[in-house]
Amino acid sequence: MMTIEELHTNPAYQDALVDLLYQLADDDFIVAYRGSEWLGLAPHIEEDVAFSSISQDTMGHATMLYELLESIGEGDANALAHARKADERKNAILLEMVNGSGTYLQEPKYDWAFAVVRHYCYTLAKTIKMKSLQQSSFEPLAQLAVKINMELHYHLLHWKTWFTQLMKIPGESQERMVAAWDRVMKDMKGVLALGSYEEDLVKYNVMTNETQLMHSWMQEMQSLISNYHLPIEVRLKMNSGNGRLGEHSKDLEDALNTLSSVYRIDPTAAW
Amino acid sequence: MANMVSFDRLSEEEKHARFMERIAAGEKIEADDWMPEEYRVALIKLISMHGISEIMGALPEKEWVPKAPTLRRKLGIMAKVQDEMGHGQLLLRVAEDLMKPYGKNREDIMQDLFSGDLKFHNVFHMPAPTWGDAGLIGWLVDGAAIITQTNMLHASYGPYARALQRICAEEVFHAQHGEAIIMALTEGTQEQRAMVQDAFNRWWESLLMFFGPAQASTTGSSKQDVTIKYNIRTKTNEELRQDFFSKYIPRALSIGLQLPDSTMHFDEESKMWVYQQPDWNKFKQIIKNNGPKSKERLRLRQLSYHNNEWVREALSPMNKVV
Ligand SMILES: [Fe+2]
Ligand SMILES: [Fe+2]
Repeated sequence: MMTIEELHTNPAYQDALVDLLYQLADDDFIVAYRGSEWLGLAPHIEEDVAFSSISQDTMGHATMLYELLESIGEGDANALAHARKADERKNAILLEMVNGSGTYLQEPKYDWAFAVVRHYCYTLAKTIKMKSLQQSSFEPLAQLAVKINMELHYHLLHWKTWFTQLMKIPGESQERMVAAWDRVMKDMKGVLALGSYEEDLVKYNVMTNETQLMHSWMQEMQSLISNYHLPIEVRLKMNSGNGRLGEHSKDLEDALNTLSSVYRIDPTAAW
Repeated sequence: MANMVSFDRLSEEEKHARFMERIAAGEKIEADDWMPEEYRVALIKLISMHGISEIMGALPEKEWVPKAPTLRRKLGIMAKVQDEMGHGQLLLRVAEDLMKPYGKNREDIMQDLFSGDLKFHNVFHMPAPTWGDAGLIGWLVDGAAIITQTNMLHASYGPYARALQRICAEEVFHAQHGEAIIMALTEGTQEQRAMVQDAFNRWWESLLMFFGPAQASTTGSSKQDVTIKYNIRTKTNEELRQDFFSKYIPRALSIGLQLPDSTMHFDEESKMWVYQQPDWNKFKQIIKNNGPKSKERLRLRQLSYHNNEWVREALSPMNKVV
């Protein structure tokens, strides 16, 4: 088991761990933002309440992860969340993509099918990662993963219900869902990717490898598809680039500008 | 059962008299109980307006959810806005039950909102251009809401009174959340302090309007008489506004804010705050959806209603085969 105090004894371990923590934190931070943009725009009020609760949990996970980074010497958690530039971010590109045309304040033409598919696919991936991380050699992360997984259980159930329901209803619903699925598949591989430190992450038992993650994800999805006879196929791709390596779209830059707009007024002030 | 039959035999006047006796005795009226038409209509109007205001009220704050300056503030405002949507949901369900005899439902509430027949609270038609506004809304708009809502905690209509119990408990957290933002700003840099004063000036008139005009004659209509008659609320608009002043004016002064109304003072003789009236014609315009942000916010809701049409279609009972 590795603790925060002992980290400095193994710089290679620390580098790999830090990279992974950024991936996890940045994923949750940006996807919680995309979720919060939906606020007041969901298909009905009950869903608005449920979805905003999920986004809030997810932002809470990001906060805990940034705080963990702070505790291992990466700097102030708020600065990590708000001040890092797009090319320093490690989130998957799929998660930064806009919800649709317009902005969350002006003429938002958001696609509920894309929201459901993206959030379901992501939540499933996150669940699998957190299960693996519960066995992590880095003790604080193993503990955090247990905590996160408890809330994740409800998120997964929520999105799975929407996903299977809308996928099964023939006509416009199914057409939109299949189109959203095809879009998500084009970059879903990037969510399951582990970046350039994968070898060390496995070597030091921080977490399982990428191949295993993808295998578990595909297996879960495959069984859902056959159980519910869904008209889709799993084809994981990474067409828009690898966010784990700092490759990002303009969507992320715009999002970060919004997310940090008040913070940037005075980063040294207490807010 | 025997009681029920005999109640049915009573004339309308006798039923009405029984009803008034019940509420005078502090009994709670439930959704399926007999109630005068006037009471039902007043409740539907009051509760659907309250419910839809909670929902429309999430929109000015929504703007600040992603922009909140720290992770903790982001979490705080996310929690608050989620609560507000929850209040909206709770209240619309109470209103829907009351509307059943008229064959109306949620769909009608939304259509009434879009057509302008169902109004939402004046404060939610206003812009919230800075983080100072986000704090001020929590501190004073929620603070004002607590004052009007605690006034109805013992409302004669049981389902509304119970919803308000829960809502008021959460509103207290909202006001604390807002106050914490305001405190941090007033203890901060000059720029941050200016943000608070600026927001305070901007919201002053809206806060005065929040409680409604003192007399029905000011705007031509007021539901305060009916709601007092039926024990839905106890205090008048002006009494509530005075309560608000007594609670918040000293606090505002103590954190160094300047009152936007320089003539305002407490009159020891009448024990009343003396202040300059807001422009009540402007108030009438605002709640007719002619406020600075009315159209834009309604547009947001309409757009989402339209964009999600296929989802509602998919979820309609006809498709419940899954
Ligand atoms: Fe509320
Ligand atoms: Fe509130």
